[in-house]
Amino acid sequence: MANLQSNLLDMFYMDTIASGETRLHNLDPRAKVMTTLIFVAAVVSFDKYEIAMLIPFFIYPAVMVAWAELPVVYLFKKMVVLMPFAFFIGMFNPVIDTDIILRVDFTDIVTRFIEVMRLVEINTVQDGIWLVEISGGWISFFSIMVRFFLTVGAALILISITGFDSVCVALQKFGVPKPFIVQLMFLYRYMFVLIDEASRMVRARSLRTFDSGSHMSFNLFIPMIGQLLLRTLDRAQRIHLAMCCRGFEGHINMVRKMNFGIHETLFVAVWSFIFIMFRLYNIPVQVGMLVTELFL
Amino acid sequence: MHMADALLSPAVGGTMWAVTAGLIGYCSKKVKDEIDDQKIPLMGVLGAFIFAAQMINFTIPVTGSSGHLGGGMILSILLGPHIAFLTMASVLTVQALFFADGGLLALGCNIFNLGFFPCFIAYPLIYKKIVRQNATWQKAEKNILIGSLIAAILALQMGAFAVVLETVFSGVSELPFTTFLMLMLPIHLAIGIVEGITTAAVVLFIWKARPEILNAASSSAPIGNFSIRNVLVGVVAVTLITGGALSWFASSNPDGLEWAMFKTAAVEELEAPEGVHTSLSEIQEKTAFLPDYGFKVDESDKELNKESGKEESQSWPAVDSGTSVSGIIGGLLTLMAAVGIGFIFKRKKTNG
Amino acid sequence: MSHHIVQAENLHYTYPDGTVGLNEINFKIHHGESVALVGSNGAGKSTLLLHLIGSLISTKGNIRIGDYPLNRKNLKSVRRSVGMVFQDPDDQLFMPTVFDDVAFGPINLGLPESEVEQRVMQALETVGVSHLVKRSPHKLSGGEKRAVAIATVIATMPDILIMDEPSSNLDPASRRRLINLLKTFTHTKIIATHDLDMAIELCERTIILSNGKIAADGQTKELFQDERLLNMSGLEKPLTMQGCIVCSKQNFIC
Repeated sequence: MANLQSNLLDMFYMDTIASGETRLHNLDPRAKVMTTLIFVAAVVSFDKYEIAMLIPFFIYPAVMVAWAELPVVYLFKKMVVLMPFAFFIGMFNPVIDTDIILRVDFTDIVTRFIEVMRLVEINTVQDGIWLVEISGGWISFFSIMVRFFLTVGAALILISITGFDSVCVALQKFGVPKPFIVQLMFLYRYMFVLIDEASRMVRARSLRTFDSGSHMSFNLFIPMIGQLLLRTLDRAQRIHLAMCCRGFEGHINMVRKMNFGIHETLFVAVWSFIFIMFRLYNIPVQVGMLVTELFL
Repeated sequence: MHMADALLSPAVGGTMWAVTAGLIGYCSKKVKDEIDDQKIPLMGVLGAFIFAAQMINFTIPVTGSSGHLGGGMILSILLGPHIAFLTMASVLTVQALFFADGGLLALGCNIFNLGFFPCFIAYPLIYKKIVRQNATWQKAEKNILIGSLIAAILALQMGAFAVVLETVFSGVSELPFTTFLMLMLPIHLAIGIVEGITTAAVVLFIWKARPEILNAASSSAPIGNFSIRNVLVGVVAVTLITGGALSWFASSNPDGLEWAMFKTAAVEELEAPEGVHTSLSEIQEKTAFLPDYGFKVDESDKELNKESGKEESQSWPAVDSGTSVSGIIGGLLTLMAAVGIGFIFKRKKTNG
Repeated sequence: MSHHIVQAENLHYTYPDGTVGLNEINFKIHHGESVALVGSNGAGKSTLLLHLIGSLISTKGNIRIGDYPLNRKNLKSVRRSVGMVFQDPDDQLFMPTVFDDVAFGPINLGLPESEVEQRVMQALETVGVSHLVKRSPHKLSGGEKRAVAIATVIATMPDILIMDEPSSNLDPASRRRLINLLKTFTHTKIIATHDLDMAIELCERTIILSNGKIAADGQTKELFQDERLLNMSGLEKPLTMQGCIVCSKQNFIC
């Protein structure tokens, strides 16, 4: 089915992106995981009506995408596809929270602009002609959307520049229990195999049915998934046998050379500093004040 | 449904992560100490199986809409609660990282919502009670279907309820508690029914094809060794401690984390601003003290608003937050709680 | 001293459902021998291999590997001297990277890190895939997976190499590389295969299984000329022995 195949290709593609050779890719994964977590923590800690202070945070994904030469459009599409839940729930905010909390009076700016352009001589300005009123609900809705793109973007970027296995190793060094790490690694290793197996089974069956439905019928699904499950269980036994033949006795040990050097320290330190600055100081407002004072 | 970072507050997200981390640690220890090493590749491959299976959509008979397998119940039946939980957690982790599915902070909530309820509540307390080792085929068939249905429905309802709680406590979304609940519960009832039937169908398929698998699975995870009370007590304790600590921290630092049980009365209308930048900075100021949400239903909100002179918020048009709806929901919740407590006490009696 | 002998003595195996898997299996394979195990599907090849690595325990009779009779107690030490290459390389490559997979055996042997690395690189070089050391297994082609699977096994330096259908699903070039590689191995080799042409090239001795029994055990070249024997066992002559279809006037299926 298109679904499975496209997912498989999607994951292969993500995997390929992660095995790039840019300097960013070659950084120790622990640095990248740490930075991502600090980023997410900073973004999520804002108030629900905050939009302005969130904007500077887009610098992080922008820089990462550029440094690591990531495919922007592809990643963006991924995020948009899965927007639904946050979007759907956030959508209610403007409906429910209708208190006006933002009144933006563009009068001054527009007047000045018109004057500067010498279009018209303005003697009296009608009060409130360029007044825009925005309710709290809309503000929080936009805040939700901005937050979504930032946090989810950060996760996608992490995987794109680090690769799943490296993330697992980093997590292990941070103290995540070994059995869970092993589980993650096994899952990752075999999900390609299983998605492939499943897609072949689905295709075989869909070629033998002649109804035009886009989804498989339930009666066809059950025996198929049952078969896949049985084959999976058999495979598990064979894998276990292979492991025992090579001396497996319950513990999986790996030899991994990792180096957290000066580059990594700088990376984490600089970005953390930037995030903290963004969190504490309202840069857009400062810039706005600067600009409007210059011209008004 | 999956929680999203965008709807979470750090306090709620952090609390749920603490609980989930604790559970992962607990289950990992069980894996290390108790299970036979054959389960290790099995967990991994079954996780991959669930991952792949979730991508296959089938048409739900009668309705025509599409559904897919969740997997929590099947995993619990095949692996036992602790291993199933770790497996679900791993599947959700991969989804969070690869499929932009919610986010990293919400992962803690998602693992709890979609893993804890099926593995530690629905499976041991409901499915296992209903489906006992049976000689006769007909009786077992019926029991498996009923057991799967009730277990799946309850697991999903509880998960949906948790999502609502997490969203409401976070205060980012404006959806009031009852409205959100009324949206989530019916949808998840339908999903639960589909999950239950699908789980039962797969289990029956396996049983017809290779019964020894199920026999081996259920005997290796005997409910006698399993103390759900301990798990529940642990979860409640961690939630209270972390939740309490974080909210105390939040209340003394209003600019940072958010945590509010009622709207503050000190709300005033914005003065006419003098330009864009001033408005923005005024927002800054105002939002530092802005109330987050109200746990009570709209009626009481209206009262507070009237007092403070704010405009009256529009109440959600379709919901009559009168007695009828609240009554039904309240009844359901009480029933669930009663059933849960009943099981716990029953176990206590048989153990003691 | 019984120098890495593989011996089956009156081996019987009955499946849990009652079907007979192996019946009166007797053979003795000496150090350095290269033996092909052939037979139709269901003849018992895989069952026999599973016995040799201790995954199945016979209902009667026993197996000796080197000095040890194979039983549950010495299973671990026996497995150190026997390396098995499975039919599906995906079952054998379960670690995140090729390096991890090949290192798995040596690490479990308790070797120090530096020696583990040495063994890994040596094994990968032997099979000719050193450049794949950092790759993830799911990205490898069929032939590459097969090569890495072999590397994972030889990294522990077993004395006896058992292979289950090693040339299946390989394109001709990969197959040729495999055969050339195996020719250089001095291990005792037991190769279960349908690829009779490979059997002729690699193995001077062949055991033919039919319905769980040994139908024949002798020189490969001799056995493969016995058409009656081959047909009875569900086999036919290897293609290299069937005459040139281009210049010969005979139909190549006699």
